[in-house]
Formats: sequence, C-alpha cells, structure tokens
Amino acid sequence: MQATQDIGRNAAALQRGGRPAAEEAIIDVNRVRAGTKLGFLGPAVFALAAIGLAPLIFAIWTSLYNYNLTKLANMRFIGLGNYAAVFTDPVFWQAMGRTFTMLVIALPVQIALGMGIALLLHQPGLGFLKTLARLSLVIPMATTYAVVGLLGQVMFNLKYGVVNQLLGFIGIDAVNWLGVPAYAFATIIFWDIWQWTPFCALVFLAGLTTVPMEIEEAARLETKSWWTVLRHIQLPFLVPGLTAVLILRTADTLKQFDMVFTMTRGGPGSSTELISLLIQRIGFRAFDQGLASAQAVVLLVITIVLSRLYIRIFYREV
Amino acid sequence: MRDRTTSTPSLAAQVLLLAAIIVFCLFPFYWMVLTSLKSQLVALQTPPAWIFDVTFSNYTEVLFDNNVGRSLVNSLIIAVVTTAFALLLGAPAAYALARFEFRGKKELWFWFITNRMVSPIVLALPFFLIVRSFGMLDTHIVLILIYLTFNLPIVIWICTDQFRSIPREIDEAAVLEGASQWRIFRSLCLPLAAPGLAVSAIFSFIFSWNELMYALVLTRNQAKTAPAMAVSFMEGYSLPYGKIMATSTLIVVPVIIFALIASKQLVRGLTMGAVK
Repeated sequence: MQATQDIGRNAAALQRGGRPAAEEAIIDVNRVRAGTKLGFLGPAVFALAAIGLAPLIFAIWTSLYNYNLTKLANMRFIGLGNYAAVFTDPVFWQAMGRTFTMLVIALPVQIALGMGIALLLHQPGLGFLKTLARLSLVIPMATTYAVVGLLGQVMFNLKYGVVNQLLGFIGIDAVNWLGVPAYAFATIIFWDIWQWTPFCALVFLAGLTTVPMEIEEAARLETKSWWTVLRHIQLPFLVPGLTAVLILRTADTLKQFDMVFTMTRGGPGSSTELISLLIQRIGFRAFDQGLASAQAVVLLVITIVLSRLYIRIFYREV
Repeated sequence: MRDRTTSTPSLAAQVLLLAAIIVFCLFPFYWMVLTSLKSQLVALQTPPAWIFDVTFSNYTEVLFDNNVGRSLVNSLIIAVVTTAFALLLGAPAAYALARFEFRGKKELWFWFITNRMVSPIVLALPFFLIVRSFGMLDTHIVLILIYLTFNLPIVIWICTDQFRSIPREIDEAAVLEGASQWRIFRSLCLPLAAPGLAVSAIFSFIFSWNELMYALVLTRNQAKTAPAMAVSFMEGYSLPYGKIMATSTLIVVPVIIFALIASKQLVRGLTMGAVK
C-alpha cells in the first residue's frame, strides 16, 4: 500500500520534473528553518521556563537560607542546614508515610472497583441505564476538589451529617468520623475512593473498547468464564490504562491538598496531614520559608525519581 | 451445572448494580444542593432533614452580602484569560512538536509533561516570595500566569495529538504552492484542529476554575477566587452550612456542565502524558 503510494508520488514528481517524493519529504522537513521552529516553540518554552523553572531555582536558593518571614532580621545562609533538618525530622517522614499509606490503600480499591464497573458497563444491553451510569461517573471527578472536601465536612459531621443518619437506619451507632484520628484518616481515603474510582472506571472502559470485536466474540464462543476472557484477551489492551492510572494517582496523591485541607485541615492532631499540607503549614502558617522550600525540593526530587522509575518500568521500549 | 465464573450476571443484578453506581455518584451532589436550600435552623437539625421548607436566601445572601458574586467574576476572568494565553502559546508549540524534527524533542516533551506531576506547593512557595517582593499579591495577573504552568502542558498535549491526526499531504501540497509554515499553520491546520482546541480550552478552564492552593496563598480580597472564598466560610465556630453549600453549588454547576460536554474526551485529557 505504502509502496504503491510512493511509486505514484515518485512518478508524479518526476513528471513535474522534480525529485522523487521520498527524497522530497526529507528535504521538506529540513527546509523548515531553525528560526521558524524557534518562532513556533519559543514563546511556550520561554513562558514555562519563566513561570515554572525560574521559581524552582529560586526555591532551591531559599532552601539554603534560614528564612523565616516573621524573623527576617535573622536571615542568613546556612548551607544544607534545612536539608539536614528535613532528613532528621520525624514529622516530615510521618507526613510522607501517611501520603503513601493513603496511596497504597486507596489505589488497589480504586483499580478493583473501577475494573468491575468498566466490565459491567462494557456488557451489551441496558443501553439507556448504562449511558446514564457513564454520565454519572463524570460527576465525582469533575466536582471541584475543594468542594468535595467541604461536602465531606457536611456529610460526615457527627451530629448533622447524613452519613451517620444513613448508618443509623441499618443499626450502626453514630461515628465521630472527623473527630477521631484513625476515622478521619479512613474518611479521607474513602472520599478519595469516591472521587477517583469513576476515573479508573472510565479509563478501563476506554481500554476495553479498543479490544477488537472479532477477537472478543471468538473468545466468548470458546469460554464462558469472564475471568479467562479478562486475563487472556482484555488485559493486554488494559495495560496502557493501568499504567496511566498508576502514574497519575501516585502523582495526584503526592499533590493531594484541596480536598483534605477543606475537610480536615490536616487534623485532628496531624492525623490527616499529608505531605503537601505539611509543607503548606510550615511555609504559610509557621512562615518558615527556608525549611518549607527544602521540604518542597525533597518532594520534587521524590516525584521526579518516581515518574522516571515508572516510565522506565512501563515504557522500556522508549 | 453452572460454572462459578459464568460470563454475565443476571439482568436484575445488572440493573441493581447500575442503580447503585448512579446513586453512589450522584448522592453527594444531591445532598449539596439540598443543604444549600436549608435555612441555618434546618441545617443544624439532628438527624438531618430530607423534607423541609425550601429557601433561596443562602444564594441571595452569599451572592450579594458575602462577595461570592465578585469571587465568581474573579474566577471567570482568571480562567478565561489564562485559557486564552494557554491556547495562544500552546497551539503553535503543539504544531511544532507534531510537524518538525529537532534535537532535544523528547526531553522537551518530557519536561512539558512533568509539569503535570509536580505538586503545586513546590511552586507556591517561591512564587509567593517573588510576587510579594514585587508588591503584586492579590492581583489577577499573578494567578493567570501561574495557572499557565498546568494549562500550557494540557493544551500542548491535546493539540499535538490533534495536529498529528491531520494528514501531512495537506501541508506538503501547500509547501509546493510556496506557502510559509506560519501560513500553513494559521489558515490550514488551525481550522482543522478546532475540535482539539475546543477540548483543551474546556480542560484549561476547568482546571483553572477548580484550583485552590495558589488562590489561597496568592490572593486576599481583590482577586480572591470562588473556591478560596468558599473555604473562608469555614472559619469560626458556628459553620454556615447552607451558605457553604450554596457557594459550592454555584462553583460546581458550570464545571459539571463543561465536563459533561467534553465527557468523551475527559479520559484522554486527564490521562495526559501517561498514555502514548
């Protein structure tokens, strides 16, 4: 097919007295002057460098100083002092630990539930109800994260909350969801699952629709077991979606701020203080910009290492 | 004998499961709207009321007495302008990534995408200090600029895809006609890429509209956005639940409308950079 086209184009080019098409294509690419490329790319690269990269460099500079906004007179260069403080600070690593605990509990649940929902929606039949379900799935993930947190505060309230009322209907006593450390942590995980399971479901559903119809139908004639079909036929098509979910949920949990901040402010105590909340507190409520910058740089390094690692594991061929 | 893993659950079970999914997804939204229609007295009833005298006073109060109206206008201005900038800068860059070969292309792409992964707190700290030293805290332009850090990558990501899907033969023909790359981009490819531009605009708008942390750190009154305003109701002992939920409803409804419009592209947009 390709060869035939090339022959056709070569012939056409020769008729015009030009060069063969293959050669023409190469020259075509090179013919775009460097200046033109710069004109297209320059503004975006410059903008991202100015607003995304320059502040980072400034953050690294800040992290080398004793820089407290309430005690600016004491500002002085302390080298890696802030980093030494970060690495030996149990509060920082506890926040990091909470963040990863949340990820390790929430992500498998989101993947399992999301897969179940995707398989259900992928079944033929019940068209209207399934369209309705698919549109409903958009609602949690589109809801402003801050609003999700505020809504959580209203719904999980000990006295006025509807969650305790609903639990009361099935004979469970009121639980102080946001007042007891362990329950508060469970609640933010539950709420994260509520918001992001639909995302997993829609990603997997998109993956399932890429399985060629004939292959799936042939497999269904062979076996009645959905598990066999899932493992041997559908799973290979789900790998890109799974990878995406893994990378993005990891990054988003490290970024998680809005929902938890509006729901618990990191409390009670520090039981729901995830890493981004901790850095925000140190930087903007304790005003220790130097220490917070060092924490942020460590977080950035962890994020970059993790995304490189994921990319190396999953996209080995790149 | 039935296999334990037989293929389909019965029709009734499917209907029940689907209904459960729908209720589970929509109930919090329903509860938000319901609470926004309660007077403070009703909102503080134990157990919570499901049927009550509906009042719209929360909406009129937050809009006209509590500056939520102005914060919504702020959010709108900031989201629209940052989206316009993102398209203006991002579309040409996406075209270059889709059409030209150059050294360092892969590294550039990786850098664009990494911006999606970085926690906003990492940029909020230095941005705060820089903006403060210029005396520009609490201005619209600061949020417009910093929102480009996530809007520019999303526009570039979606539009590069879109430009790649336009057959090369079209611009090869134009090159033979003697058209410049800029002209090909502007009069030929840009109109053909309109769907991608529209979708990336919707995403850019949603992300900016929803953003909280930068708004919390970089604004006080003048440029305060709606989510930051909603959070400021949370101070004090007696929380005005009705008002908080009314503000929340005003914030969420436009986003949900946009998200439903773009629902087919939502997955594509949100998995940016992670799916080849």
